[in-house]
Amino acid sequence: MAGKVTFDENRCKGCELCTTVCPVKIVVMDKDKINIKGYHPATVKEMDKCIACGSCARMCPDVVIKVEKL
Amino acid sequence: MAVVFEKTKGLTEKPTHYCPGCTHGIIHRLVAESLEELGLLDKAVGVAPVGCAVFAYDYFSCDMQEAAHGRAPACATGIKRVHPDSAVFTYQGDGDLASIGAAEIVHAAMRGEKVTTIFVNNAIYGMTGGQMAPTTLVGQKATTAPLGRDENHCGMPLRISEMLATIPKAVFVERVSVHDVPNILKAKKAIKKAFEIQMKGLGFTIVEVLSTCPTNWGKTPVEALKWLKENMVPYYPVQNFRTPEEVK
Amino acid sequence: MARELWKGNEAIAEAAIKAGCRFFFGYPITPQNEIPEYMSLRLPQEGGCFLQAESEVAAINMVYGAAGAGARVMTSSSSPGISLKQEGISYIAGAELPCVVVNIVRGGPGLGGIQPAQSDYFQATKGGGHGDYHLVVLAPDSIQEAVNLVQEAFDIADAYRNPVMILGDGMIGQMMEPVEFVGVPKRQLPEKTWATTGLRGRENHNIINSLFIDPAVCETHNQRLFKKYAEIEKNEIKVEEYNLEGAEIVFAAYGTVSRIVKNAIKALEKEGIKAGLIRPITLWPFPKANFLKAADMPSVKAFMSVEMSMGQMVEDVELSVKGKKPVYFYGRTGGMIPTPKAIVEEAKKILGGAK
Repeated sequence: MAGKVTFDENRCKGCELCTTVCPVKIVVMDKDKINIKGYHPATVKEMDKCIACGSCARMCPDVVIKVEKL
Repeated sequence: MAVVFEKTKGLTEKPTHYCPGCTHGIIHRLVAESLEELGLLDKAVGVAPVGCAVFAYDYFSCDMQEAAHGRAPACATGIKRVHPDSAVFTYQGDGDLASIGAAEIVHAAMRGEKVTTIFVNNAIYGMTGGQMAPTTLVGQKATTAPLGRDENHCGMPLRISEMLATIPKAVFVERVSVHDVPNILKAKKAIKKAFEIQMKGLGFTIVEVLSTCPTNWGKTPVEALKWLKENMVPYYPVQNFRTPEEVK
Repeated sequence: MARELWKGNEAIAEAAIKAGCRFFFGYPITPQNEIPEYMSLRLPQEGGCFLQAESEVAAINMVYGAAGAGARVMTSSSSPGISLKQEGISYIAGAELPCVVVNIVRGGPGLGGIQPAQSDYFQATKGGGHGDYHLVVLAPDSIQEAVNLVQEAFDIADAYRNPVMILGDGMIGQMMEPVEFVGVPKRQLPEKTWATTGLRGRENHNIINSLFIDPAVCETHNQRLFKKYAEIEKNEIKVEEYNLEGAEIVFAAYGTVSRIVKNAIKALEKEGIKAGLIRPITLWPFPKANFLKAADMPSVKAFMSVEMSMGQMVEDVELSVKGKKPVYFYGRTGGMIPTPKAIVEEAKKILGGAK
């Protein structure tokens, strides 16, 4: 696991832009959850595949994502 | 755990009101990061337009002024002339800059105002609900061009960067886009460079940023990025138009 | 300072500099051109900045920016140019920014003419821009008074964080008269902690803004502005009462016309007719009480407002007098100037009628 992403879920507007830029395709919309704005927030289930490239965070219009590298 | 990416101090805590997927949010971040990384937050003064970004004064953590529609470059002129050592920027949409504020931007460039303009071009009026803008593409539908913009009726879209690049004191003119991560990185570089050139006092700097408007384009956020790439970029080439010798 | 002969426009510009104005943004329009011209030479000499903007619209928004950044700033124009500035002036009032706007009035409407007039009274005092707001409007009758009022205007603007207008006319701008730059009493003014200077270590960021999207907040903001205007009405009224004792007719006139009226008053006196004048110096706040008091004077049979317009201030006189005495109007406009002789005739016609 090279990287770890955390989502400030209540800032997410469910626009899905982040899901289109993850090189390892692990950023998905969390269909089990609704955030304060009423959207499915973005999330990562298979964190171990994350390479901490930061693309998802850079594509996000709402600074929802924080990316850390181990 | 080393932090690769986190929210910049250049933005306040306030969540933005922009529609889901609207790339204004990305552009705000790039401006805020640039100011933070250049150590300019402490002496930056931004000027918000009238348009979707009208509430930008609540999103940037530096001192801000809210200008009348189209007048941000004049307002910024007043600020910069009072505080020449400050980092002054205007953040404007295409209705604000290319339509009602066309004279103001041309003359700020003519005077070589040492300010940086971030010009967000999304080819539509967003806040007021999707009217045609000077940058609306031919054939593109808008609430005031229901059958699509007809060039014989209301002309061709304005290429602001190419226009301003003819003005001697507009020393740095670049068009960028934010429709994918590589372009976002290039956009950040251009914005940062614009501020550096401003602080060197070399003249007027402007970065035109192609941006999306999912709501008024009637597209999903992801489709909007694709539409921008396939329709706007061909008409609005993404390139640098002018860079001062001293910085080349 | 000795008395010197000054042209009105230039004296106004120098007075602004004496008051610490260091920023001026203007645009050419007759008959106020000498103000920007003078500023373009003198401001840089004082470490200030003069800019000729691309339009009056741009100029007033430069004033907005500079005032918001904490500077003493002025602009000037003439009637059509002042119309272009109205939106900006409304923003400046809404954002509570101090500045001085000089209007050297010319004949209107439209392109009108370039000769003197007073036909911008409504625009200045009732608000030419949108929304509920007020400018403090000062109307000098001479170049000396203009010099004094301009200097005081900057203090009033800062004291109340409000735009102040100097309403002259072509004569005030173009005449030359002896002037002495005597200092005006300085006021205790608060620090401009609200200005956008850049954080520079400050904790919270400053925002200059007039947008209040929440109607409840917008209304509260309006109410706060009107508390301020009430303060101004209480403290800042300036008026001259001239020869009111035993007057049968009381003229109302401001600016240069008031001097013509004073000649008419002397001429009437030679014919045994006692006439007086109430001269508002602040057109807003308007000296209502003075007119009401005069209306209660038994000797007073009528009021007559004399203006270089088709009749604007006359309405404020009528409002102030509350119907107690009849109010008449005599005016020339388009650049034509009323003569003492004509005013005397008008007064006699009314008094004849009123006897």
